[in-house]
Amino acid sequence: MSNGVPIVRFENIEKSFGSFKAVDGVTLDVPNNSFFALLGPSGCGKTTLLRMLAGFEHPTSGRILIDGEDMAGIPPNKRPVNMVFQSYAVFPHMTVRENVGYGLKVSGVPKSEIAPRVEEAIQMVRLDGFADRKPDKLSGGQRQRVALARALVKKPKLLLLDEPLSALDKKLREDMQLELVRLQQEVGISFVIVTHDQDEALSMADLIAVMNRGKVLQVAPPWDLYEEPNCRFVADFIGEMNLFEGRMLSVDGGHARLDLKGIGLVDVPWDYPATSDVALAVRPEKMRLYREEPELGWVRLPGKVAQVAYFGDNSQVFVETSQAGRVVVLRHNQSRSRDEPYRTGADCWVAFEPTDGIVLSD
Amino acid sequence: MENWRRQPWVFATFIGPGTLWLFLFFLLPLGWIWLFAVGEREGPVDIVVTWTLENYREALQPVYLQLFLKTFLIALVSTAICLVVAFPVALAICFAPDRYKNVLLLLVILPFWTNMLIRTYAMIAMLRQNGFVNDGIGLLWTALKYLLTPVGLDGLMGERFAPLPLLYNNTAVVLGIVYVYLPFMVLPLYANLEKLDRSLIEASLDLGASQVRTFFEIIVRLAKPGIVSGIILVFIPALGTFLISDLLGGPDSQLIGNVVERQFRAANNLPLGSALSFLLLYLTFIALALRAWFAARAEKADA
Amino acid sequence: MRNPIGPLEFTRRGWVRLWLLAVFVFLYAPIVILVAFSFNQSRRNIVWTGFTTDWYGRALNNASLIEAFTNSIMIALISTVLSVILGGLLALGLYRFRFPGKPVLDGVAALPIVIPEICLGVALLVFYARAGWPTGLPWPLNLSQVIIGHVVFSFPFVAVVVRARMEGFDRSLEEASKDLGASEWQTFWNVTLPYMKTGLIAGALLAMTLSLDDFVITFFTSGPETITFPVKIYSMVRQSVTPEVNAASTILILFTVLLTVIALKFQKPSEGVG
Repeated sequence: MSNGVPIVRFENIEKSFGSFKAVDGVTLDVPNNSFFALLGPSGCGKTTLLRMLAGFEHPTSGRILIDGEDMAGIPPNKRPVNMVFQSYAVFPHMTVRENVGYGLKVSGVPKSEIAPRVEEAIQMVRLDGFADRKPDKLSGGQRQRVALARALVKKPKLLLLDEPLSALDKKLREDMQLELVRLQQEVGISFVIVTHDQDEALSMADLIAVMNRGKVLQVAPPWDLYEEPNCRFVADFIGEMNLFEGRMLSVDGGHARLDLKGIGLVDVPWDYPATSDVALAVRPEKMRLYREEPELGWVRLPGKVAQVAYFGDNSQVFVETSQAGRVVVLRHNQSRSRDEPYRTGADCWVAFEPTDGIVLSD
Repeated sequence: MENWRRQPWVFATFIGPGTLWLFLFFLLPLGWIWLFAVGEREGPVDIVVTWTLENYREALQPVYLQLFLKTFLIALVSTAICLVVAFPVALAICFAPDRYKNVLLLLVILPFWTNMLIRTYAMIAMLRQNGFVNDGIGLLWTALKYLLTPVGLDGLMGERFAPLPLLYNNTAVVLGIVYVYLPFMVLPLYANLEKLDRSLIEASLDLGASQVRTFFEIIVRLAKPGIVSGIILVFIPALGTFLISDLLGGPDSQLIGNVVERQFRAANNLPLGSALSFLLLYLTFIALALRAWFAARAEKADA
Repeated sequence: MRNPIGPLEFTRRGWVRLWLLAVFVFLYAPIVILVAFSFNQSRRNIVWTGFTTDWYGRALNNASLIEAFTNSIMIALISTVLSVILGGLLALGLYRFRFPGKPVLDGVAALPIVIPEICLGVALLVFYARAGWPTGLPWPLNLSQVIIGHVVFSFPFVAVVVRARMEGFDRSLEEASKDLGASEWQTFWNVTLPYMKTGLIAGALLAMTLSLDDFVITFFTSGPETITFPVKIYSMVRQSVTPEVNAASTILILFTVLLTVIALKFQKPSEGVG
């Protein structure tokens, strides 16, 4: 494996089920030794993409290369990848040890070699002491570890994980997230994880591909994805976002002048050619809330508090502005004495700095 | 679940009729012939219960023992053929696209709606000397001969096609049993495979097992309850077969069912017939006990 | 464009399709040929000599055949109704109550399903003869011996099907109904019974099928004055095989298929219930 060649390359992949296009022209590279997340709403084609990597589905057109090798016509049992299934798919009629050893046994690895490798894998996922149990005597998290050990013991070039944490409760899920990142760093191969949970993707992956309707919209590291979304869908799907629709009037020396509905003229940084219909996207935590009109050069919108969702460390305040519709503001509850909570129906002002917004044209 | 004492009348209404029916028309009749089996004939009609074991002794004579053995073997072979034939069918239905699934299932069940006698009768037309199976083989034979004549090898095949004796022998009985009871094997297998988590099969392939290996190590192992149900549902009726062997069998393919029927109707030796049918029942119970034992062992292994 | 065959698409593999085809030919060829030869002119069932519907005329004019046919349908209908009532009640009782001897009843109720039919057949034969079961009753009471036999092996099947259905029943639905002010009886009628319906219909279908398919029990329990269709055909087959038998069989096949199609139609709308 040279570092130049991506471990996975999708070349213009399409996949149709009848008249439904599950994957629509995906071209994508997964770099070596990375934690790669395929993120999107259900039905966006991410699982289909993963199953094509494993060999359970065949692309209608396009090529899949794993470590530079074309996978066309290669059945799942001959591919250098292994998968952790959403349901874990731990064989119920085998013990933990038999489950972990199964892949080695069927691949003709000599018996003397199987035993130590199985023990090592079981230790790696911290299941020592459970090796002789049947799966129905394990908890969900433990079954997940069996599935992980079973896949990793085969030393694949790539580990595929299909919504691996969706069946776990919140606390366990957070532990497993850390565990997966640790494992990925320990074994030094690429993990490709499919998830619909943005928090999961943001906290674990070092590269995320956001998908919708069979297309990859953006591939970027978590920070870029959050701060520099390239389209309305990504902006809205990752975290919360306030969108102010409008038009771009002119572009001049790294700046653009926008005319936003209900707000008026705003100048923002802009290094690209001029377009017409745009939206200014502002994250809730980049907006401020005031009881009186603030004396700032920012965009200011008067409104009434419509609803407050309290989360302990912060509150989401929904404000019905008279000019630009409903906006959501994130407010950190930093001080017990000063931060008097906003009550529903109270008059207030919302303000944000235009440079904190992102101009979206798609 | 509630204690029956809380609503004794509701309980009696639910449980009463079925229990009564089972007692009157199932346990009582069976008990009756159980007593006959230890009784003696007195006069042309009467039977006195003398607690003799003579009937069982007679039923265990070599002539009947051989019959039991033969019945057992025919049932075993038929069940094995059913299993081998039915497994791919069940698997195919299970993995068929949803819109074909019900159609395929219906096609398997449909012959059930035809009386067993009519289906057995239909087999006669297929298997006899001038039946369709022989016609088909004859056609193939002629075609082969025609092909071999130019190369001078037609001498190998004889002058004329001699129809195979397909009817009135043990093969016909086995074929008949397979024909009549095949759906009994397909349905429990299908029901079991349908419940199977598909990702288990995918996981096996993903871990490097071939399709064949996956079939034997994963699919067959996990379909075991269905396989056992199917075997019981085919094997036990096959043990008691008398119509199929009566219509399709030859003089040497009389099974235990035929003898029981003869004792009760023509020969009118009720005590012997009762002893024979209870031996058949005991055999059934042994088969059921074996199944229970296997199930218990499997459960223990899981624990 | 045709997609390549996926690893689990067994039904698309050539040998599996061939296997399915062979099995369906094996299952249907005898029946198709049986039906085809009911239209054959020749008396012998061997060579096709020309098309005729004469055998149907003969079969329909054969009074004893018609009588046997009516008897069989009557037996199937009555035994289905009784089986559904007995099986449904038993299933509910076993589902609902805890009582001593429950495993025994469970086991005994499963026995008629598993023991060889011939054992039950001869036992009933002896029972009716020795218990002095009344004969010469007016129709359809004279069929009671056969009907009782059919119910014995049908209603445990109904009980199994209904009980399987009840396993998925959420008892809090009943509690909700009572909480909303319904009486025990209203709850049963409006909540429990509608949920059971799918199971009851499936059970009825099964009971009907079992009754129409049965030969052995019928053979041992029908007396000389209560000829049923399979028994009638059995004696016709033993005497001489003419296409009249084929015609009569075809009529029965058509009838049962029709009955089942109607039953399936009835079952369709209730699928939404659960």
